[in-house]
Amino acid sequence: MNAAVIAIPGSREAKRLAAGYGFWIFLLSDIVMFACFFASYAVLVHATAGGPDGRQLFDLDRVAIETACLLASSFTCGLAFIASDKKATTLFYVAMAATLALGATFLSLEGAEFLSMVTQNAGPTRSAFLSAFFALVGCHGIHVSIGLLWLMTMMAQVYAKGFRDDILRRILCFTLFWHALDIIWVALFTVVYLIGLAP
Amino acid sequence: MQPADLFWGKLTWAAIPFGSPLPIFASAAVAVVIIGVLAWVVLKGHFPYVWREWITSVDHKRVGVMYVVLALVMLLRGFIDAAMMRAQQAIALNAPGFLPPEHYNQIFSSHGTIMIFFVAMPFVIGLTNFVLPLQIGARDVAFPTLNSVSFWLTATGALLVNISLFLGEFARTGWIPYPPLSELAYSPGVGVDYYLWALQISGVGALLSGVNFVTTILKGRAPGMDLMRMPMFCWTALASNLLIVAAFPVLTATLAMLILDRYLGFHFFTNEAGGNVMMFMNLIWAWGHPEVYILILPAFGIFSEVIATFSRKALFGYRSMVAATMGICVLAFSVWLHHFFTMGAGANVNAVFGILSTVIAVPTGVKVFNWLFTIYGGRVRYNVPILWAIGFMVTFVLGGMTGVLLALPPVDFLLHNSLFLIAHFHNVIIGGVVFALFAGYTYWFPKAFGFRLHEGLGKAAFWFWTSGFYLAFMPLYVLGFLGMTRRMQEYDVPAWQPWLIAAAAGAGLIAIGTAFLIAQLVYSIRHREALADLSGDPWDARTLEWSTSSPPPSYNFAVLPEVTALDAHWVRKQQSIEDRTARSMPSYVAVEVPRNSATGITCAFFATLMGFALIWHIWWLAALGVVGALATFVVFAWRDQVEDELSAEELSQRDGVDRAARDRASNPRLAA
Repeated sequence: MNAAVIAIPGSREAKRLAAGYGFWIFLLSDIVMFACFFASYAVLVHATAGGPDGRQLFDLDRVAIETACLLASSFTCGLAFIASDKKATTLFYVAMAATLALGATFLSLEGAEFLSMVTQNAGPTRSAFLSAFFALVGCHGIHVSIGLLWLMTMMAQVYAKGFRDDILRRILCFTLFWHALDIIWVALFTVVYLIGLAP
Repeated sequence: MQPADLFWGKLTWAAIPFGSPLPIFASAAVAVVIIGVLAWVVLKGHFPYVWREWITSVDHKRVGVMYVVLALVMLLRGFIDAAMMRAQQAIALNAPGFLPPEHYNQIFSSHGTIMIFFVAMPFVIGLTNFVLPLQIGARDVAFPTLNSVSFWLTATGALLVNISLFLGEFARTGWIPYPPLSELAYSPGVGVDYYLWALQISGVGALLSGVNFVTTILKGRAPGMDLMRMPMFCWTALASNLLIVAAFPVLTATLAMLILDRYLGFHFFTNEAGGNVMMFMNLIWAWGHPEVYILILPAFGIFSEVIATFSRKALFGYRSMVAATMGICVLAFSVWLHHFFTMGAGANVNAVFGILSTVIAVPTGVKVFNWLFTIYGGRVRYNVPILWAIGFMVTFVLGGMTGVLLALPPVDFLLHNSLFLIAHFHNVIIGGVVFALFAGYTYWFPKAFGFRLHEGLGKAAFWFWTSGFYLAFMPLYVLGFLGMTRRMQEYDVPAWQPWLIAAAAGAGLIAIGTAFLIAQLVYSIRHREALADLSGDPWDARTLEWSTSSPPPSYNFAVLPEVTALDAHWVRKQQSIEDRTARSMPSYVAVEVPRNSATGITCAFFATLMGFALIWHIWWLAALGVVGALATFVVFAWRDQVEDELSAEELSQRDGVDRAARDRASNPRLAA
């Protein structure tokens, strides 16, 4: 039996279903966009134009910490979702704040990486490889930044309005977004850093 | 280049083309029309109505109509570009003509950009918006406010393209801005930037409406409306919007890479530092070919509805039609390389894509046979919509065959970038998409406004458009064989000129056809009492949109229809004739109607600021635009009351009046 048939159109369940479903479709389109940046990175990875390649630039320790932060933030984000489902306000704030802190740590580490590369004359204008690298990793970073803005907006909304139906739908979409960014990071970590540093 | 000013960016008085009279006059005319319309609206006191009922409306029917209006206005703009090109080529034998090269190049670029992104796309999305929720028995799309945002972002893109007429220039690179020509080194002006930001902003609009429609179709159908009971148009809309969701992010990514190259000195597609121009061709056509099917699949859907209705028969081979539609949807992603066989990917690669490109003609052929078999044995009424459909079948088969010819790599090597190609894709886009849009416009007009369009003027428009199309584009096939390439501002082969003069005459016939379309609209509005349709079902049609009043109430259906079969409305009509029973009294349930929202127009206002500022490197204004758009969403999210409830009693009372009016109109004895 199809779930859409059970949920009465216009009902609370139908709206939640549509919001989650629609956001999944949007996430798929976002993943297609990332696929283009992955493809361009794969095409241009050897086009270093005499400049440095990944082996000379990547720092696996830093990337490992970044990955740990992001994976842990997915866990805390999941906790926040459960808290919103149970309307447990304190747990929700704590879990969201932890997600915010982990996300911000991730972003600052990424920023430090970008900065160190630019100062070594290995910025995005140096070679096509570096253009593709900065675009791919930067696109993910911009997504994380938007996610953090969204996270803070959701905390403010819960503070101002409580766990209203429409706000719960937005929290559902936010957590989907955050987990999708995690999945993309796993691919990015593998394709860019692990393969880039492989002997 | 001098360093940009901190406040004005690259914008100076030199941006206004005082030297060339054509764009100045054109933009002055556009400005006069816009100011005239605005002044009329405000002075006549219509502004509150327009603001409340249209601009801030989130009703899918209103949004759909606004999309179609945008498309029709931009069609005139794009057609003027086309007429100028035909006139130029008719006289430019060993002569400069009346358009200097840099102007001519902008015209063919803006013609293509406008016709695809701001005519075909909004027209298709507009009709989908209007029809789709009605056909699946829904009260609105899944996300009504998002729908309004999508429309206004599309309008933002169109506005930016039109601003380029007056401030600065438009791209001279063609409608697909191939690097390295479109890179900063070879196109230092703002033309390519206008193109890029107009498309990025309207592309977000298209993507969001794709998400919206897919969700609406898959999660918003009325009880009993199984997938295999959906009208054919809904299936084609589903396929088309799945393609939007999968293809438009590719366009966004590709244009983002070109933007990074131009704005921040990246090297995706540059000649230096390892950039790869061929990657651009692959990426852009990985969007560009599915885009063709995004436009043509809903066109097939419109023809399926029109042909079944006017033949008074169920659509022949419904299941094969569904299979063909979804087959095309998948195959659409596997043929992009045929746009650049000559790039040098190698014989084997070319062979694979050549074979796939011919294979995609098979499901299309299935569809043509299904339409023919639907007409066969039917009691055909030759109203305007089916005339467009018949004109389409003849024309489109011709365009399909030249397409199969071009899909063969050896032939393509001879015809690549010749006028044969131009003739081919106008053959399928005009003969396919545009004819379908006119058919759908005529077919659903009475549903949208409660009165029909005048038949005679519509038939005149059809005959002038069709004959004009053949006269304008058949010579281009010949010119392709004679070796004429596309985009020539001047030429020195006397043998080409007679064909080009014929083509210009064809454009003249199309202009007359367009004049008839305008006359038809004006005449029909003025005689709307005589052309009124109160029955809600003027064509004796088959699908659910005809079971409600024209125009439908904001909630579409007072009681959600229970669907038991394909062609739900037709089946119900037959049933009530058979049973000789009136409808049973429905039980009404309160309905939530989404509130109006200025989110769309506010968001578009800030997006326009952002786009314009980025084009002219006015960074503070761009930041203001981004922050403003984000703040708009937060304000939107902060609303407490998002829906108004319509009580069961009020619904029952309103619906009673509507039903009585429909019954009187469809059964004259009751009226007497």
